[in-house]
Amino acid sequence: MRSFTYSRAGSAAEAVGRAAAGTAFVAGGTNLLDLMKADVLRPEGLVDISRLPLDRIEETAEGGLRLGALARNADTAYDERVQTRYPMLSKAILAGASAQLRNMATNGGNLLQRTRCYYFYDTATPCNKRQPGSGCGAIGGVNRIHAILGASDQCIAVHPSDLCVALAALEAVVRVTGPDGERSIPFAELHRLPGDRPEIDTVLRPGDLVTAIDLPARGFAEHSTYLKIRDRASYAFALVSVAAGLEMDGDTVRDARLALGGVAHKPWRDPEAEAALIGKPATPDRFRAAARVLLRDAKGHEHNSFKIELAERAIVRALTEAAERKGASRP
Amino acid sequence: MIAIPSIPGFLTEPNGPIGKPVSRVDGRKKVTGNAHYAAEFTLPDLAHGCIVSSAIARGRITRIDTAAALALPGVIHVFTHENRPSLAWFDRKWKDDDAPKGAPFRPLYDAEIHHALQPVALVVADSFELARYAARLVHIEYEAAPHQTDLRANRANSFTPGKDKGGFQPPPKPRGDPEQAFLASPVRVDAEFTQAAEYHNPMEMHATTVLHHDDGTLTVHDKTQGVQNCHTYICNVFGLAKSAVRVMSPFVGGAFGSGLRPQHQLFMAMLAATQLKRSIRVELSRPQMFSFGHRPETIQRVALGADRDGTLRALIHEAVQESSRNENYVEIVVNWSGQQYACDNVRLDYTLSRLDVHTPLDQRAPGAATGVPALEIAMDELACKLGMDPLDLRLKNYAETDPNTGNPFSSKELRACFRHGAERFGWAKRSPAPRSMRDGRELIGWGMAAGVWDAMQGQAAAKAVLGVDGKLVVSSATADIGTGTYTVMTQIAADVLGLPIEEVTFCLGDSSLPAAPVEGGSWTVSTVGSAVKAVCDRVRSQLIALAGKLENSPLKGVAEEDMVFADSHLIVRNDRSRRLSITEVMRGSGTLSIEEEARALPYLLARARHTFATHSAVFVEVRVDEDLGTVRVARVVSAIAAGRIINPKTARSQIQGAVVWGIGMGLEEEAFTDHRLGRVMNHDYAEYHVPVNADVPEIDVLFVEEHDDMVNALGAKGVGEIGIVGVPAAIANAIHHATGVRVRDFPITLDKVLAGLR
Repeated sequence: MRSFTYSRAGSAAEAVGRAAAGTAFVAGGTNLLDLMKADVLRPEGLVDISRLPLDRIEETAEGGLRLGALARNADTAYDERVQTRYPMLSKAILAGASAQLRNMATNGGNLLQRTRCYYFYDTATPCNKRQPGSGCGAIGGVNRIHAILGASDQCIAVHPSDLCVALAALEAVVRVTGPDGERSIPFAELHRLPGDRPEIDTVLRPGDLVTAIDLPARGFAEHSTYLKIRDRASYAFALVSVAAGLEMDGDTVRDARLALGGVAHKPWRDPEAEAALIGKPATPDRFRAAARVLLRDAKGHEHNSFKIELAERAIVRALTEAAERKGASRP
Repeated sequence: MIAIPSIPGFLTEPNGPIGKPVSRVDGRKKVTGNAHYAAEFTLPDLAHGCIVSSAIARGRITRIDTAAALALPGVIHVFTHENRPSLAWFDRKWKDDDAPKGAPFRPLYDAEIHHALQPVALVVADSFELARYAARLVHIEYEAAPHQTDLRANRANSFTPGKDKGGFQPPPKPRGDPEQAFLASPVRVDAEFTQAAEYHNPMEMHATTVLHHDDGTLTVHDKTQGVQNCHTYICNVFGLAKSAVRVMSPFVGGAFGSGLRPQHQLFMAMLAATQLKRSIRVELSRPQMFSFGHRPETIQRVALGADRDGTLRALIHEAVQESSRNENYVEIVVNWSGQQYACDNVRLDYTLSRLDVHTPLDQRAPGAATGVPALEIAMDELACKLGMDPLDLRLKNYAETDPNTGNPFSSKELRACFRHGAERFGWAKRSPAPRSMRDGRELIGWGMAAGVWDAMQGQAAAKAVLGVDGKLVVSSATADIGTGTYTVMTQIAADVLGLPIEEVTFCLGDSSLPAAPVEGGSWTVSTVGSAVKAVCDRVRSQLIALAGKLENSPLKGVAEEDMVFADSHLIVRNDRSRRLSITEVMRGSGTLSIEEEARALPYLLARARHTFATHSAVFVEVRVDEDLGTVRVARVVSAIAAGRIINPKTARSQIQGAVVWGIGMGLEEEAFTDHRLGRVMNHDYAEYHVPVNADVPEIDVLFVEEHDDMVNALGAKGVGEIGIVGVPAAIANAIHHATGVRVRDFPITLDKVLAGLR
């Protein structure tokens, strides 16, 4: 491993102050340390934020929940308030990684995990995300796990998180403190599409520290689900995942949230697809129509075209389950 | 059902340890961390090596700049082809016991690159972390040459190999007129099957620790399935005296065939230790576990022709597999198809296509795990076309003798596997039509397949030392790769001499022990077990002789066959009050210890006239999501006929583990090669999928009674491979039964099912 400096921050302000160019914050380390060992990431310094008091889950004045950036994934998923009020979120977290990883990984780190694209990990191959300008190995290469939406000719990587897909559907807000003070970022704006700068995953600026994730009061607890489809029953990243939340008025959809994972550089939401559900009866045909709206620009590559059909079917299934579900179900 | 057949004249006592579910004698060591593996041995001044792997698939190195690496304090040396010492020149010096025909790969030999991830340099440093960092600073420039890694694109460019590898016979000549018989058959199946390349991926990565002693001798702790194979290899390659090196491998964290040949980390560690004259460890990274031996990618065609009553009229099985440019790795693939069913018109063809890859390597049931599933899916397709129960079709064409040779089987209780397996599974309740069973949104499918594997035996020697305290130490240079060799050999020795398990110690994994071949092919119980029995029989005879000579011996004049050994005593079979303890016999005769060595050979005459094989019948239930195509294996029944089961507990573990791998073969495992780069891309546990606990249902293992007094003195055949053979096909057939979708390409990932569900 390359040499790097290590320091432990005593406060958020101190952490931000130390975040010079080339440094990285480390908390759970479940992704960063792997990438350093693989020589994919080469930070010159690590600022350890794991002891900052950002690990609580608290009520917000607006009736929602504030998830501390350093709250562990497992603690978040098993928090009774999360389970009762945001079952979709709890289910999404538990669909990810393994029990051991969830015990280590933090919520903030989960947002910032890097893609699992093979080419990103293998330093002998081209990857614009790892080494800008080197090319995209996955385009024309092995691309079974890659994007069908929002990709560019520079990068077709996908964001691997499950948690983020649910946060996107719930319209969470990411709270950040940085050199310019504190600010809030609507979840949909946190991650960016690759475009011609695939090396940049998010809108965070150097020195920005995620402190919390605010969940709004509406949790779609009665009619929601998280459906993850993968190549084995556990410990695999999503080929396609769906976070679905509905508000029902009898058999009619009053409001809808729909986010897709495993298909793009960020959790994929589309207001038009949700609009296609609202005010309509909750039927498979309507769900399929909405899915087709969401997937209207989907484009496959040699090995991943199946994801388009799979995503459509998964959306129909997830919405069907969400509509059927009565009351909060524990995952 | 555990049924242990009795073989007259073998068991000394019906209540002896053979056939008992004895817990692993090394279990405590393993679970307490006291079993030490190759990368765990150390000395205070241990150096650490890190291998640099090639970035290209073919070409040559034009420049290596090691200056930046060497400039780091603590970096000791960087070995490359430019500064390597003189090494063996002749190919035969680089051969090992499992080498196929050809020129073995020579690490750091010259500038040529033959395959992706080829080792091109070894960085040696004071610490592992430093070595790994310095390895990244080694600057290498290549001149790339065009490469071919795509079997599909190169299938036409193949050749027919000969008898190029031990244990594998070329296919027999065609019999009858298969092409004409096929065309004349009223019911026909003709389909192509593919099997993706798979990597062994044992949990423990390959590692070697060489301890350099003050007198210049070396102790080599290597991850291997054959300490003596590695011993010979390194002595030949480095020109060392046999007595100067000792190879040890007492514990192996899984191997599955990957340890059958000396791997390059052994070469690298030896190179550094001999050149630097110090102790060193070299361990591969997980991605580097994709830099040698794999189950080769295979494309097959199976054509079956049958009468309307299900009688097979024609069977054609063709396979093309990848091998490297430098060696003819063969696993034949097709021969079991000619052996499994009675059919008069058969053609079996096997060819190789050379690609720019490292040489493939035996992986659990090499050949059979690839070829038999193709046959067994084709049989299922034929049953569907005939409107016949798949089990009935197999019984209809049951081979009573080996159709390939005309010889009888030494034993073959496959029929009992079918019967007991079907009964346990509830096969009779199967609704025959595809898509006719469901539970909510899940389509339920029941599928079955038969399996077969060879019951081989090699030559091995064993030594036994019985002390006056009644403790027995038996040794042989075999391996225990997690299979239970320690335990089973202990049981055999304890059984012959009537000793409690705790009084017997079995030693293995040390090149200085009596000769044993590589541990693989399910032949270790047969090969080494026979030697253990032979040497313990000698000790037994000695004890009887000594007992007969004692004054006032109650055993005087008793013939050997009238004596039994139990509870550490010699006992007269028909008068159990007449007995002496082993200790009494040895003390009384002034014998401090009895030492014997014996060598066991296969029954060559019987082997020339019979076919020796294990058989299985596998029944699988799958649940397939009707919309999403996701497949879940819900239950498995595996019925096994493998002769006498020495230890039903370890044998069951072998079958269960093999079924788990069969689930992986069937549904998950696949190395994705980027053919532009000639490189496997999913080279880690996150993206190369093997089954996780959540994928594995209850696995019900049955051993059917099978009596075999020709296979060896134990009547046991070995169970390492047979458990995997039928599983992928049973899963594929169950998926078809559930969905009506026939997938012939392994692994059956959900996209392949989805394509059929549309």
